[in-house]
Amino acid sequence: MTHDTTRENARHGPSYGTLTAIWCGLLVLTVVTVGVAGVDLGFWNVVVAMAVATAKAALVVLVFMHLKYENWVFKGFVLMTFAILAIFIGFTFFDTAYR
Amino acid sequence: MNDASAAPGSFWAARGLASWLFTTDHKRIGLLYLWCVLGFFIVGVVLGLLIRLELIAPGPTIMGAQTYNAMFTLHGVIMIFLVVIPSIPASFGNIILPLHLGAEDVAFPRLNMFSWWLYALGAATALAALFTGDGPPDTGWTFYVPFSAVTSTNVSVAVAAVFILGFSSILTGLNFIVTIHRLRAPGLTWTRLSLFAWALYATAWIQLLATPILGITGLLIIAERVLDMGVFDPARGGDPILYQHLFWIYSHPAVYIMVLPAMGVISDIIPVFARKAIFGYKTIAFSSLAIAFAGSLVWAHHMFVSGMSDTAVMVFSLLTFVVAIPSAVKVFNWVSTLYKGSIHMEPPLVFALGFIFLFTMGGITGLVLGAAGTDMHTHDTYFVVGHFHYVIFGGTGMGLFAAMHYWLPKVHGRMYNKRVATWAALILIVGMNGLYFPMYVMGLAGMPRRYYDYLPQYTAMHEASTVGSWVVAAGLALMFANLWRGLRSGPRVGPNPWGAATLEWTLPSPPPAHNFPAEPVVDRGPYDFRGVRADD
Ligand code: HEM
Ligand SMILES: [Cu+2]
Repeated sequence: MTHDTTRENARHGPSYGTLTAIWCGLLVLTVVTVGVAGVDLGFWNVVVAMAVATAKAALVVLVFMHLKYENWVFKGFVLMTFAILAIFIGFTFFDTAYR
Repeated sequence: MNDASAAPGSFWAARGLASWLFTTDHKRIGLLYLWCVLGFFIVGVVLGLLIRLELIAPGPTIMGAQTYNAMFTLHGVIMIFLVVIPSIPASFGNIILPLHLGAEDVAFPRLNMFSWWLYALGAATALAALFTGDGPPDTGWTFYVPFSAVTSTNVSVAVAAVFILGFSSILTGLNFIVTIHRLRAPGLTWTRLSLFAWALYATAWIQLLATPILGITGLLIIAERVLDMGVFDPARGGDPILYQHLFWIYSHPAVYIMVLPAMGVISDIIPVFARKAIFGYKTIAFSSLAIAFAGSLVWAHHMFVSGMSDTAVMVFSLLTFVVAIPSAVKVFNWVSTLYKGSIHMEPPLVFALGFIFLFTMGGITGLVLGAAGTDMHTHDTYFVVGHFHYVIFGGTGMGLFAAMHYWLPKVHGRMYNKRVATWAALILIVGMNGLYFPMYVMGLAGMPRRYYDYLPQYTAMHEASTVGSWVVAAGLALMFANLWRGLRSGPRVGPNPWGAATLEWTLPSPPPAHNFPAEPVVDRGPYDFRGVRADD
C-alpha cells in the first residue's frame, strides 16, 4: 500500500547541506523584512512584508516539515487548507471594502 | 460496570477505574464520551426547564434577571460545547467508525485518549467559571463584544474552557481523517464506505479547519479583557463587527459539525429498516462534502443587521440558499429509500423519522432567516430560537437517540423494551413541537430572544411552550429509564439484531476487545442486504 512508500520518502529527507542553505535563506529573508520596514513604500510595505513571510513559511513547510517529499495527497490537503483560509480572509475583508 | 462483561473476551472484560480512564480502546473512549455528553445533557435540560418555568408568566417568577442571564448563557455553552459538538462524532464516531472500516482501532489511539482528557479538562474549566470570579458569565453562548469585553462576570475562564474543548474536537477530527484514509480493510473502497463514515469524514474536515478560528477568537476576547488591546473597539481603530465575523466563521460551520454526523446515522438506519439499498448513495456521500464546503461560506447570515456592508448581505444571503440544496438532497434521498421499501417500524426508525420531520421544520425556517429581507424582521426573536432548536434538538438530538437505540444493543449485548422506546420517541416528537412551535409564532409576532420579561400579549404562547417542555422532559425520562433497564437486564441479543449489512454486525455483541479476529476482506457495499438476515 501507499503506506510504505511514504515512510520511505520521509526517511530520505533533505541533506545537512540543503538544510543549512535553507536556514541561511530564512536569515536573509528576515534581514529583508527588517530592512524594508525602514523604507516608506506606502501600501506596498504590507505587500512586501506578507510576500516575504509567505516565502519563508513555504520554505519551512516544504523542506523542514518534509512536505516536498510527501505524496500528492498531503500536498493537496495542505494546499486546500490554505485555499480555505484565503477564502475566509477574503470574504471578511470583502465586507469591510464595501462598507 | 456492566454485566455484559460476562461475555468472555468482550471489550467490557477489563475492570477497574484505571482500565477506563487510561484506555486506548476506541469503544471505551467512545463510551466515556457518551456518558459525559449525556450527563451534561441532563444538566443542560434542567437549566432549560428552569428557563421555561421562569417564562411561564410575565414578570419575575422563580429567579432574578441576572440569574436568568447566567442561566441561558450556561444552557447554551453547556449544550453547544459540551454536548452537541462532541455528541455523535466523539461517542458513536469513536465506537463505530473503526468497526465500519474493519480496523482494530483509530489511527492514533493515544491521541484519542488525550482528546478525551482535554474534553474533561475543558469541562472542569467550564465548571470553574461558575464558581470563581465575579459570578457566572451572562453574555449568551455567542460572547459578543462589546459586552463580553466589559462585563464583570467570569467570561475569561469560560472562554478558556471553550478554547480547550476546541482542541479536543480538532484532535478527534484529525484522528478520524487519518483513520478513514489509512485503515480501511482490504476491498473497502471509498464507494463501499458507510454513509456514517462519509459524514464523519466531512465533519472531521470542518473540525480541523474551522475550530482553530474559534480558539483564536476566544484568545482575542481574553486579550481584550486582560490586556485591554482594543482590537474590537472602534474608538481605538478596532472593529466590533470583526468579532462577529470571526465567531461565525467557526460557529456556522459548527452547526454542520453538529448535524452532519446525525445525517450519517439516519442514512445508515433508513435502508436497514426499509430492507432496501439506500437511494442515491453517491449523492448522499457527495452532499456531505458539499455541505462541509459550501457551509463554510455562509457565516455572515448571522450578521445581516449587524451593520456590515449591503453587498456582503446580498452575497451571503445567496450563498445561504445554495447550502440548502445539498441538505434537501439528503431528505429527498431518505424519503425515496423508504418509498416501496419493506418497512420495519423498529425504534431506531421511529427516531429517524422524527429526525426527518423535525429537521425539515428547522431547515425550512432556516431559509426564512437566510433571506435577508425576512431576517430583518425575525432576527434576534424567538423565531431564531425555534429554528435552531428544531435543527439541533430535533435533528442532532433525535439523531443521537436514534444512534443509541440502533447501536447500544451492539455495545451492551442486550435489548431494551421496544414498545416503550417507540412511545418515548412519539412523546418526544409531540413534546418538541409543543415546546418550539409556539416560539415560531411569538417570534413572528415580535417577541425578542434572551429577554427576562415580556408583554402580556405573548403569555399564551409562552405558557404553551412551557407545557411542551414538560412533555419533552417526560419523553426523555421514559427513554433513558427504558434504555437503562434494557441495557442492564434486557434479553441478550445475537450479533445482528436488526439484519444490517455493515461490518460491526458480523461481530458478537458486545464486540471483542480487539474487534475483528482476522482482518475482514470486503466484497460488498454497506447497504447490500442480499443474504443478510436478522437473528431471531
Ligand atoms: C438549511 C439549512 C439552514 C439555514 C438556511 C440556516 C439559516 C440560519 C440563519 C440565517 C440564522 C440566523 C438568524 C438570525 O440570527 O437572524 C440561523 C441561526 C442559527 N442556526 Fe441555522 N440554518 C440552517 C441549518 C442549521 C442547522 C443544521 C443548525 C444546527 C444543527 C443550525 C443552527 C443554528 C443556530 C444555533 C442558530 C442561532 C445562533 C445564535 O444566534 O445563537 N442551523 N440559521
Ligand atoms: Cu448559520
